[in-house]
Amino acid sequence: MSLALYRIDDRLIHGQVVVGWGQPLHVSFIVLVDDEVSGSDWEQDLYRMGVPPQIEVVFASVDQAAQLFSNWQADERVGILLVGDIDTAVALAARVPQVRRFNVGGVHHRTGRRERLRFVYLTDDEAAKLRELAAHGVEVTAQDVPTARAVPIGEFT
Amino acid sequence: MSDLRGIIVSHAAVAQALVTAVGAITGVQDALTAVSNEGCGTEELGERLRQAIGQGPVVLFVDLPGGSCFTSSVRYAKQHAEVAVVTGVNLAMLLDFVFHRDIPPAEAARRAVDAGAKAIRVTGSPTAA
Repeated sequence: MSLALYRIDDRLIHGQVVVGWGQPLHVSFIVLVDDEVSGSDWEQDLYRMGVPPQIEVVFASVDQAAQLFSNWQADERVGILLVGDIDTAVALAARVPQVRRFNVGGVHHRTGRRERLRFVYLTDDEAAKLRELAAHGVEVTAQDVPTARAVPIGEFT
Repeated sequence: MSDLRGIIVSHAAVAQALVTAVGAITGVQDALTAVSNEGCGTEELGERLRQAIGQGPVVLFVDLPGGSCFTSSVRYAKQHAEVAVVTGVNLAMLLDFVFHRDIPPAEAARRAVDAGAKAIRVTGSPTAA
């Protein structure tokens, strides 16, 4: 079954991911790709605490993800891959051509960002990077929870 | 009354509803502040927390033992003394907390957990303690 969802969410592991998506997809593992978190045991403990024990959490830097990606794809279980920002998504897609889609699940307000959807705020630069990804054939949609509509990139960038 | 306050950190409007309920039951209005993660990234939730906490000792009452409310609260507590974090907030623990605030945050947190846990039970068996 392998990776069923590739998600950009600045909250990383949280309820919408673990319960909202995790339950209907029957997720058994979560891959968190983040250079900062992958270098901090303390941060990893913190994120692991939010996940029920039957779900495995794997932490990786972008470099490690590029090496391990084929293992995750070959995994018999269902997994979710998470990144915390647009730059990490772009870096990952550049290193791993098999990443063909991204779900923009939550990018929130920060100085310089403009509201695009209730749960998506982007700088013009970030919006351009997402369009660039889409231009390279990566399917980019915005959807916070599975019951919501997947908003096509043209409607929020 | 002590300076120790409680900050309830929750998804959606759970925190505000708990503050309202505690006020309605006890009449105590100055002990609790609500923080919601609605529409927040990690950064903004951290800022909301900072503003709600201000100065002085606090206990952070978080709804779930994981997720954005939890991670932001634990992160804040790591950087500040005089801040304790409790998860699984419920009305029973808050009712006990608002009347027992002349103790350090860590002790108040333990007390709140005991009070909250005692309220969780299967009913229908009055003899069961």
